[in-house]
Amino acid sequence: MAKLIALTPFAGLLPVIHGGIEASEVLPQRLMSVAPYAGQEKAVAAKLDDGLAKVNRRKGAVTWFGHGVWLVAGDVALDGLAAVTDQSDAWAVVQIAGTGVEDVLARLVPVDLRRGLFRNNHVAKTMLGHLSVTIIRTGSHAFEIMVMRSMAQTLVHDLDVAMRGVAAR
Amino acid sequence: MRIICPNCGERDRREFYYQGDALALDRPAEDAGLEAWDDYLHNRDNPAGDTRDLWFHEAGCGAWLVVERNTMTHAVHKATLAEKVKA
Repeated sequence: MAKLIALTPFAGLLPVIHGGIEASEVLPQRLMSVAPYAGQEKAVAAKLDDGLAKVNRRKGAVTWFGHGVWLVAGDVALDGLAAVTDQSDAWAVVQIAGTGVEDVLARLVPVDLRRGLFRNNHVAKTMLGHLSVTIIRTGSHAFEIMVMRSMAQTLVHDLDVAMRGVAAR
Repeated sequence: MRIICPNCGERDRREFYYQGDALALDRPAEDAGLEAWDDYLHNRDNPAGDTRDLWFHEAGCGAWLVVERNTMTHAVHKATLAEKVKA
């Protein structure tokens, strides 16, 4: 039998470090998209340890992931309550952290991500350059960026250029 | 031009995809007759002024919105989730 070697979405691309800001890969073990059927949101929330996060928020393992959809890190059992899809291999996740990380993202993202407005566990579904991304603040100088796996290289390229630009100032 | 998404807040127009007149939500009954269906499928007003359009928050939350705006002033008055408008 052939021995298959799994590559992570950012294999060979990350980490990237410029000017004290580091972009590194996050490897979620399991990502399930959960879209509750009509009228079942409360029932679904009751079945999940962390409930359903509010719109534009993350709560524990549960991240709001668009209109009527949440992404749960871990397995779920929601037969008859929600449309559930295993998306573990679909997303590439970057953690970008360091003092001034907002300046890097400000070059790429049209949403104001400064700390006063965009706090810990706030979620923004928006664009980064030309990419559709989900951005989550994970700390005072740290964000998680999720992008479709096929866009991993473009995301790293865009972040790299922006990080160099900010570092050069 | 910016649209205030009920989920995401104020966002740039580039995040949205334009579909057309929100008339598309008022689907006639199956037996409504040829004229009603012809109207529904093909005939649209082309107003100078206030319009009601369907927009899709493509690069954001993925919700369909009914956006009320003015084609003369480019003012965007209001955006509502299409699922709530349809009811």
